Amino acid sequence: MPVRARPLSPHLQIYRWQIGNTLSIMHRATGVALALGLVALAYWLMSLAGGEDTYGTAMHVFSSPLGWLVLLGWTFSFLYHLLNGVRHLFWDAGYGFERTSRHASGWFAVLGALGLTICVCWFVWHGAHT
Amino acid sequence: MSLRSPLGRVLGTGTAKDGTGHWWAQRVTAVALIPLTLWFFFSLLLLPALDYGTVRTWLALPVSSFLAVLSVGVLTYHSYLGTTVVIEDYVHAAAAKVFTLMLLRFLYVLFGGASIFAILRVAFGS
Repeated sequence: MPVRARPLSPHLQIYRWQIGNTLSIMHRATGVALALGLVALAYWLMSLAGGEDTYGTAMHVFSSPLGWLVLLGWTFSFLYHLLNGVRHLFWDAGYGFERTSRHASGWFAVLGALGLTICVCWFVWHGAHT
Repeated sequence: MSLRSPLGRVLGTGTAKDGTGHWWAQRVTAVALIPLTLWFFFSLLLLPALDYGTVRTWLALPVSSFLAVLSVGVLTYHSYLGTTVVIEDYVHAAAAKVFTLMLLRFLYVLFGGASIFAILRVAFGS
C-alpha cells in the first residue's frame, strides 16, 4: 500500500540567513551540546561519589586545555540556551512578536550570553590567581 | 463525532494522539530549570575551591543534595524531550527512528539514574 508523503516544513537551506533563524538553530545546537554535557555531569558526580582518587582523575581531565575549552563551550551554551529559552517563554505567553522586539530580544540573548560568559571566565581566572 | 473517513484514518495520516502534552511538559520543565540550573551553576562558581573535600562537604548538605537531585531529574527530562524532537526531525526511516528513540530513552535513564545515585551516595555517605 502506498504511503502518502506527509507535508514537511521547509528545510534549512530554504531560508535566507538572518538573526531569527540563526538564533533558532543556535538554540537547538546548544541544547544538543548541553545534552552531551549531562554525560560529563554524570561522570563528575560518580567520580565524586567514588572517592578522592577518582575525583582527582576527573578534575585532571576537566582542567586539561581541551577540558577548559569544552567547559567554556558548555558555559556559553547554558547561558545562551537559558536567555533564549526565556525569550521563547515570552513568545509562548503571547509577547514580543513585533519585528523590533524580536530583534532586540535576540541580540540581548546573544550579547548577554557572551557578556556573562566573559564575566564567568574573569571570575574563575581571578579566583584561580588569588 | 469524527468527520474523517475510516480509510483516511488507517492510511497513517492521523494524529500522534498525544496532543500538547509534549509541548507543555517542555515549557513546565523549562520554567523549573531557570531557578534550579542558576542555583547549581552559581553554587559551584561561588565555592571557595573545587577540591574533593570542599565539593563533597557542599553536596552532602541536605539542601544541596536535595536541589541537586531535583536539578538532575528535571534536566534529564527536559533534555530528553528536546533531543527526542531532534531525532524525530532528522531520522526518517521508521526502523532507525524507533531504534534511536529507544536507545535515547535508555541512555537518559542510565545517565540520569547514575547522577542521582551518585548524589545520594554523597548525601548518605557511602
